[in-house]
Amino acid sequence: MSTMTETRAPARTGAEPRRGRRPRLPYLLLIPAVAVLLLGMGYPVYWQVITSLQQYGLAQQFGQPPEFVGLTNYSAILTDGYFWTVALRSVVFCLVNAFVTVAIGVGVALLMRAVPTVVRIILQVGLLVAWAMPLVAAVTVWKWLFDWRTGVVNWLLTQLGASGFDGHNWLAQPLSFFLVATVIIVWMSVPFVALSVYAALTQVPDEVLEAATIDGAGPTKIFRWIIVPMIRPVLSIVLLLQIIWDLRVFAQIRLLQDSGAPVRETNLLGNYIYELGIGRQDFASAAAVSILVLALTIAVSWPYVRSLLAEDRS
Amino acid sequence: MSIATPSAVGRSAPARPAPRPSAARARRVAGRVLASVVALVVAALWAFPVYWMVLSAFTPTARLRVTPPSFWPESPTTSNFSGAVTGTNFGSALKMSLAVTGLTVVAVLLFAFLAALAISRFRFRGRTAFVITVLVVQMLPAEGLFIAQYKMLATAGMLNTVVGVSLFYVAAIVPFTVWMLRGFVAGVPADLEEAAMIDGLSRSQAFFRITLPLLAPGLVAAGVYAFLQAWNEFTVALVALPAESAQTLPLWLRGFLAASANRGVDWGEVMAASTLIAIPVIVFFVLVQNRMTSGLVSGAVKG
Repeated sequence: MSTMTETRAPARTGAEPRRGRRPRLPYLLLIPAVAVLLLGMGYPVYWQVITSLQQYGLAQQFGQPPEFVGLTNYSAILTDGYFWTVALRSVVFCLVNAFVTVAIGVGVALLMRAVPTVVRIILQVGLLVAWAMPLVAAVTVWKWLFDWRTGVVNWLLTQLGASGFDGHNWLAQPLSFFLVATVIIVWMSVPFVALSVYAALTQVPDEVLEAATIDGAGPTKIFRWIIVPMIRPVLSIVLLLQIIWDLRVFAQIRLLQDSGAPVRETNLLGNYIYELGIGRQDFASAAAVSILVLALTIAVSWPYVRSLLAEDRS
Repeated sequence: MSIATPSAVGRSAPARPAPRPSAARARRVAGRVLASVVALVVAALWAFPVYWMVLSAFTPTARLRVTPPSFWPESPTTSNFSGAVTGTNFGSALKMSLAVTGLTVVAVLLFAFLAALAISRFRFRGRTAFVITVLVVQMLPAEGLFIAQYKMLATAGMLNTVVGVSLFYVAAIVPFTVWMLRGFVAGVPADLEEAAMIDGLSRSQAFFRITLPLLAPGLVAAGVYAFLQAWNEFTVALVALPAESAQTLPLWLRGFLAASANRGVDWGEVMAASTLIAIPVIVFFVLVQNRMTSGLVSGAVKG
């Protein structure tokens, strides 16, 4: 509130044009946002940079001052085979999920274009309802669907004649664990992709498609040579966002691990950081892995940031 | 659906001089019907888990434990809900969620609105730097920061407090809401305000009577977005609110499932608990989703 009154005060003084003469006002308006970002984001990043260069273990927990050790923590992590296992697993998991999500999302968007309005609205409502599910509730429901004893999935597979699914525990094996995680993440992410791509598809003029049909182009050719080039900007942004979001998957894995999954074989980067920091109180290593993850995220997100920046300039 | 299909084809048919109209037409109708069937199956697949959650919430647990499962309501009951609500800590978790979400929404709206005014109404030195910061910060994953955030709160003695966890929520949500509101503020021409001032209103009168009402839809959308983020958040809450008495609803739901697992999960109660958390969110979400989608990819659409 105090900022409100501060910022109002200079504004009330007169009717002079807002640009030029009052250069202080925009800075005053930014104070609260900048302060909260510095405190909530800036300081944690700073703390992690410093801590990742220090020895910070149990001894420091008991009051011993941390010792500057340079890049030792980083070299320890980068020579640790388990870190690379987790990193590779995270990247593969991220790419598989992102591409599967975008492929299904584009398919659903094309479907929305191909069906009558009533069907399209039913489809949109179905997608919206799934998209709206809070993450923890969604994972909980999927655990119930995949429950080994009375879950619908095992029952359905058994009914369909697949053997060995009666009482099958999906979350006990890493591979089927990640299959379940992928199903959940794809289910949660497809609605955003489908609705965004559909919005882009509505911008493709019907006349162009009709002209192509008259010229003898089949559906595959139309898709490849007309639709994809026209919706490419949206496609690439949606794919990039999926990659960024799937790289940070933590909660879904953490919640699925609760059901007795092998933690070490199912950790992704976020879970590894959690285990290092909260579990083992090894803050130096946790900070170093965090910095690596942040650097990776910024590198991957840079094209998206640039495209938004271009939008701001226009 | 079967009524809509032929008429839609009929409308576009004259534009297409096909050599054998009847065969081509039949193929198109068949294609459309097939697409409709696939679309309905997809809709059912995506809606089913939500339907299953609500259905299970109203089904007696004894019925949930036997096969084959029932896909329609059978002797519906509300006892699962009373079981969930009277379970440990539901009341305190609800209070905690409301407090954290309320504080976050108010702070986000105020801070983001002021910042959005600054960057959409003024050109000033450092503006681009601020915009870049906002864009980069909104990309930073909570998982890359939460150890430091945990440590920071622990050092300050603010673990398990509303203010502590809200600080990180506000910092995480403000960037995207600044971006969202920037579009809304830019959409209200400054000339409008100036015209009102020429007509005799003071600067602040013009702002409150002309600009603010026009920004109301944007503020509502941003507020709902902040609500959804704070209400659903799990990762930061997990580290910032370790005490059971300080849990928010998502943490409570996780604990409720874990507690239930000790005596063979009572899925009816767990689904009732999930439903309680999900329903307000689904309602709000459906109201605001249009705005959020266009915010994320608007640059690309204009492209």
